[in-house]
Amino acid sequence: MRVLIDLTRCQGYGQCAFLAPDLFTMHGNEAVLYDPDPDDSQRENILRAAAACPVQAMHVDRMIVQHRHTPGPDSQGAAAFKRDGRIVIVGASLAGARAASVLRREGFTGSLTVIGDEAHAPYDRPPLSKRVLTGGVPAEHTTLPRLKKQIEGEWLLGAPASGLDLARKVVRLADGREVPFDKVLIATGTRARPWPHADQAALEGVHLLRSMEDSDALRQALARRPNRVLVIGGGFTGSEVASVCRELDLPVTVIERGSAPLSGALGGVIGKIAADLQRENGVDLRCGVSVTELQGDADGRLRGAVLSDGATVEAEVAVVALGAIRNVEWLHDSGLAASMWGVACDAGCRAVDVNGLVTDDVFVAGDIARFPHPAFGYQFMSLEHWGNALNQAEIAAHNMVSDQARRWPHLSMPVFWSTQFGVNIKSVGVPTFADQVMIAQGSPAERRFVAVYGYQGRITAAVMFDHGIWLDFYQRLIERAAPFPVDFRHADQAANDKPVAAQTPERIMPAAGATVVVTGHDPAERRVSFMRISP
Amino acid sequence: MAPQSVFKQIIDPDSRADPYQFYSELREMPVRREDDGTYVVSTYREIVDLLHDPRISSDRRNLARPAPGEDEADVMPSLSFIGLDSPEHDRLRRLTMRHFGPPHTPGRVTGLIPEMKRIVTELIDGIADRDRIDVVDDIAYPLPVGVICRILGVPHEDEPRFRVWAEAIVETLGPGEVDRAAREKRRVETGLQLSEYLKGLVDARRSTPNDDLLTGLVTYEGPDGRMTPEEIVRTAGLLLIAGHETTVNLITNGMLTLLRNPEMLERLRAEPDMIIKTVEELLRFDPPVHFLSSRVALADIEIGGVTIPAGSPIVLALAAGSRDPAHTPNPDDFDPDRPYNEHLGFGGGVHYCFGAPLARLEAQFAIGQLVARLRNPRLLSDPPPYRPSSTLRGPRHLMIAYDGVLPAAPSW
Repeated sequence: MRVLIDLTRCQGYGQCAFLAPDLFTMHGNEAVLYDPDPDDSQRENILRAAAACPVQAMHVDRMIVQHRHTPGPDSQGAAAFKRDGRIVIVGASLAGARAASVLRREGFTGSLTVIGDEAHAPYDRPPLSKRVLTGGVPAEHTTLPRLKKQIEGEWLLGAPASGLDLARKVVRLADGREVPFDKVLIATGTRARPWPHADQAALEGVHLLRSMEDSDALRQALARRPNRVLVIGGGFTGSEVASVCRELDLPVTVIERGSAPLSGALGGVIGKIAADLQRENGVDLRCGVSVTELQGDADGRLRGAVLSDGATVEAEVAVVALGAIRNVEWLHDSGLAASMWGVACDAGCRAVDVNGLVTDDVFVAGDIARFPHPAFGYQFMSLEHWGNALNQAEIAAHNMVSDQARRWPHLSMPVFWSTQFGVNIKSVGVPTFADQVMIAQGSPAERRFVAVYGYQGRITAAVMFDHGIWLDFYQRLIERAAPFPVDFRHADQAANDKPVAAQTPERIMPAAGATVVVTGHDPAERRVSFMRISP
Repeated sequence: MAPQSVFKQIIDPDSRADPYQFYSELREMPVRREDDGTYVVSTYREIVDLLHDPRISSDRRNLARPAPGEDEADVMPSLSFIGLDSPEHDRLRRLTMRHFGPPHTPGRVTGLIPEMKRIVTELIDGIADRDRIDVVDDIAYPLPVGVICRILGVPHEDEPRFRVWAEAIVETLGPGEVDRAAREKRRVETGLQLSEYLKGLVDARRSTPNDDLLTGLVTYEGPDGRMTPEEIVRTAGLLLIAGHETTVNLITNGMLTLLRNPEMLERLRAEPDMIIKTVEELLRFDPPVHFLSSRVALADIEIGGVTIPAGSPIVLALAAGSRDPAHTPNPDDFDPDRPYNEHLGFGGGVHYCFGAPLARLEAQFAIGQLVARLRNPRLLSDPPPYRPSSTLRGPRHLMIAYDGVLPAAPSW
């Protein structure tokens, strides 16, 4: 059986852990851990657990859809396209797979091709930095429910795309094949940013964490009980790896260039709480420094690292967790506005070309999409969130087979979660889109609280530590542009907190990194060309 | 005379057999102010929003104007975590959960499955030589009582005593502020008798601990400290009453609904796994708890086009919300095949039903086995007589006849 819990929706009621305790485990008060590929003998317990979920967040063998959607009558053109059109999806991870299933749900019966660079059926990545690393779940158990097998289409897996020719409407594959399309969805996502020095990166013991293979290799390395694990980068992936190391009782050092772990995403104030959490749990956390060199022994095995403050750390395993690089290289000659920040698109997921013109037949979804969000000043953003991949792929797929008048804008509120050191962290809105932050509910000392972020007097985000049950409330406040600071009386522990500077990183301006040259005189001639900045 | 409000019609005992006929009218105004200042909320979205709204208190001491006679001294003895807010609620609930479920005792409820199954089998074996029973007295009541006594560590032979108290307390619960003072008074009186009884048990556990939940509450001391003797008595009283008075309605309502839908009865015999989704649909379609009636607004709350002023009592009409057509297609159809069944049967938010997993399993086993084992079961009276409470709503008796009892399947 295949089980997938939508942890964006999960509110930590624990009903699954009550009814199928062998399969679902509460980690701390709110986070649920589970095996996505349980034995069929557990069928009855799984059905009980899935039925009992108060927010119906559990998908068993297929992806359920929460909202109702009754498609209206199609125009002749849309109906014909749904019947006979050719759609190619490039990218076979969560967004690509989700789009494929939504296309079929929407009644698309034409030809569907899904191209993926990895040889695996689509799988779920969040467990790769958590339970797979502890050995709690085998990496290959993370395959997504009801995807490759059940969705009728051609799945070209292990076949990386190498180019997109919009004039001829074909996707070129690295093996020389060409796949023609009427409409194409770009969902090639991201990859882990490698250690910049290739010779050091090649040392045995230096790991990246993005794919199933990465996770399995790191799990094996941790199982050999290294003298110390060095985590380079205190973002979510790095912090989750550090949490796993402590769970396995391995010494771990986290190197974070910023003022605190998670500060890039959550700002320095909440980052400070995350730092305390790490130190309480025995992490050797060093902030404000970076790794300048990874050193190996004569046999090419990692021995340790030199830091920017001159200190050295001995470690047999290093995990490079420096964020992600968007997989845009294959689009370089496509004429699309594809840069290190992603592929620009409109709110309806239609790709924008380098001139700023919206295309009609090219759509983008998932980590690679860079779209304007009206709730955040129309700022172009790309969100590397599980829930965004799911929601945006649905919007893109719907719009691919819909008339102009029936298209949907991608307006879902960004939500993400992380589980580390027994605490479930959830975020709604955009915490970096803030100038102030305050504790609205609960107690930071008890690691159970809601932090609310404000920007120019309105609420723009909320971050919860073991307080996920309140997420929807704050989401509505953000959606309504409710005033900040909040000052209502509430039924939770009173934090009596005053707003303070959020200490968020400087925001990336829409134009940053996208330097263009405008040429031509007449309107018919004027064009933009992109000056590419390599990542 | 002004026409009676639809809400008053619903809580009128004459409407007990079918309150659903009034719920669509109730939902026409999602947030409705009653003459006594109570706000009744009846649509799904608005109820869910308020269940997750930190500005809503479960502690009636926050009312702007306490109901006449409801002063603090009277309310205090009945306060268990159901009527408290954070941090007291969280602490007491955590201290109780520690002995009942995850994260600290994850296998407790599933560990009781063999015992639940044994009780169900014995109860149905016990009616094998009859041709008619009262589902309430013969099955639906004894099962949850047996289970909760076992969990808590309350002697089953004392059952006749606390049955009286439990019923008396339930009759005092409910929406409406008018006669609340009198009801509170009765509740406090009965509560004192129950407390005296439980105090005795608690003292006994202190000297002779064993493996039950009561012992856990008495002996455990952790990061949250330990419960005071008063807190233990209140918590045990809450669990005992809730364990008595809710699942009985779920099982009885379930049998009534299935006997009114014979094609579903047939399907359940052919597909026993369907009982899981059937019970879930029962929780939506004919739930044991119709109202949450002790919530209080702590701030002015804008919802459903209305501003609920701070200090106002709020009633959440869960059963009306679960049948909101804006949330569920064809909500008045009993349809266990619903692909997506998100309902309010156990409430929601931090006060989500503590015993939900027990109730689900007990109902699945009791209803599943009655369907599997009774030959040609049929209703003897429809509608059956109902108990007075509009909040914890269910039949007083449910008389059915049948043509025999099949033996229990060996594999079950």
